[in-house]
Amino acid sequence: MDAFVALANGMAVAIQPMNLLYALIGVLLGTAVGVLPGIGPALTVALLLPVTYKLDPGGSLIMFAGIYYGGMYGGSTTAILINTPGESASMATALEGNKMAKAGRGGPALATAAIGSFVAGTIATIGLAFLAPWLVDFAVNFGPEDYFALMCVAFVTVSATFGNSPVRGLTSLFIGLTLGLVGIDKLTGQARLAFGIPELLDGVEVTTLAVGLFAVGEALYVVSRRHHSEEKLEPVRGSLWMTREDWKRSWKPWLRGTMFGFPIGALPAGGAEIPTFLSYSTEKRLTKHPEEFGKGAIEGVAGPEAANNASAAGTLVPLLTLGLPTSATAAMMLAGFQQYGLNPGPLLFAERPELVWGLIASLFIANVMLLVLNLPLVGLWVKLLAIPQPWLYAGILVFATTGTIAAKPSVVELSMLAGFGVMGFLMRRFDFPIAPVVIGLILGPIAESQLRRAMSISLGDPMALLQSPVSATLLAIALIALVAPFVMQGLGRFKANED
Amino acid sequence: MSDLPQDPASRRVDPAGVVIALALAGLAAVLVWDASQLQSNNPYGMGPHAMPIVIAVGLGILAIGNLVEALRGNLPERESADPKAVWLILGGLAMLIAIIGLGGGFILATTALFVTTATAFGRRAILADLVIGLVLTTLIYVAFSRLLTLSLPAGPLERLF
Repeated sequence: MDAFVALANGMAVAIQPMNLLYALIGVLLGTAVGVLPGIGPALTVALLLPVTYKLDPGGSLIMFAGIYYGGMYGGSTTAILINTPGESASMATALEGNKMAKAGRGGPALATAAIGSFVAGTIATIGLAFLAPWLVDFAVNFGPEDYFALMCVAFVTVSATFGNSPVRGLTSLFIGLTLGLVGIDKLTGQARLAFGIPELLDGVEVTTLAVGLFAVGEALYVVSRRHHSEEKLEPVRGSLWMTREDWKRSWKPWLRGTMFGFPIGALPAGGAEIPTFLSYSTEKRLTKHPEEFGKGAIEGVAGPEAANNASAAGTLVPLLTLGLPTSATAAMMLAGFQQYGLNPGPLLFAERPELVWGLIASLFIANVMLLVLNLPLVGLWVKLLAIPQPWLYAGILVFATTGTIAAKPSVVELSMLAGFGVMGFLMRRFDFPIAPVVIGLILGPIAESQLRRAMSISLGDPMALLQSPVSATLLAIALIALVAPFVMQGLGRFKANED
Repeated sequence: MSDLPQDPASRRVDPAGVVIALALAGLAAVLVWDASQLQSNNPYGMGPHAMPIVIAVGLGILAIGNLVEALRGNLPERESADPKAVWLILGGLAMLIAIIGLGGGFILATTALFVTTATAFGRRAILADLVIGLVLTTLIYVAFSRLLTLSLPAGPLERLF
């Protein structure tokens, strides 16, 4: 019942006219930026962070909710119409969605994506509203060693367990952890890895890192292989609306996608790829029209899109209740909280309930706004997609650097942006995942301070980490998740050698 | 299975992978050196140098892991790249940093980046792009300074407003 009251209070915050306006601006900006090819939701949030600098925390977080969902919706539009998913979570959508667009059914593909996102987002946000207070009650009793162990689980699952190569994923994570060390150590006031440069004493900005890796890195990567790929924008032909048959084939995949997306997103399991591909393969197996798969089956768009959105709402569960980001986008949301000195977690629920529940209520509102706005405005978004590539990337880079210039107009900061851009380019070229770097940077310092707090309570006895049952269990999970992929690889090699 | 080391074609040592492994080992060394400069006056618990050492050990292990991958030739295939275009954008970023550093202002700096990026992506109409860049960045400047009241660095052009 508590959740109902709290949510109602949040709704009262969210429907204040100014906050509605912030949500609307967030949704429009988020979709407009998210629809640009190569820009996923994480970069959308990173790019638009400076826009919210001057707002109060409440309004800014509400705008964020809009940007977040708008960016997700924009990403799926790009995936369907030009087959360049801005992020791996939209890859499954692109598989069937782009085929539908080529077959002249772009309208229904966009519609099932939009309505599926709405259904999934709404159910998942309800799930968030009910799960959050329960988790908060549980997390209130967490000691620093439990938090540290929880972050170890997140580190491992985000970098090593999923993805192509655990070695490359962990390398990305450790680069992020190294960057997290830069700056003044809060407990002793000593500078680490600052090399006498005053600008480095404050540490590495998460936005500078994210914009450098995602925006500059992507632009460099796309230009380097400009001769390899030809992007083709599929015009939206025919009716925008779904037929009765489309509805009949969509509603079950929406619900099934939500069932995959929300729990997996809420676990610290890292990203939306797994639920989207699970949903895709499930729909492929259950469909009554198997012959259409690979040629543009509507189930293959409806399911993964719902899974994608549900897992996005799911990642907000660990973020809001535990302060634990498990995707690059969630890491950017955490950066958004931190710019106001707010730390998500059980305390924030107790101290600033109007902020947290206002944010959760705004997710509902953003969802409704997207549904109402996006289908009628699809023509406008398609025009944005038609911007010629040279101007598009030139504009992206101008906007990306503008954010850094507005935050810190220093030569050092801009050089770091360029340096992270080169790093992002090389990481793409050598297939290192990028999200673990961002998560390492933002979560590394938090993990360190929790560990040091635990150690000073136990007077330096490391066994304290194993004496708490929660922390011991979590560390065991982290260890298993770390070792499992290597063991599996070894088994795979062993089997192959037997043949 | 094509990604197995038996395949003679993929067994070739990847020099780029060796460079990556060396860079990680170098980073680990920098961490250890930096941690050794720190004072630890904390008799109980962890000092500020503990975490850097842990991360350095991790980087060292990963350097070995990357080296093994490189020697086995397990790195992913790479397509040929166009280095000229990449350098053009990096040149644009360098120009942007120089103009900001020398007080040339936001509009000139970002216009330089706009034109070089558009050229890197194959445009050959520098004059037209210059005009587009100027208009776009002026609009951004006005929007940021008037609507969002965020100050961007001012140079000769910005003072006209």
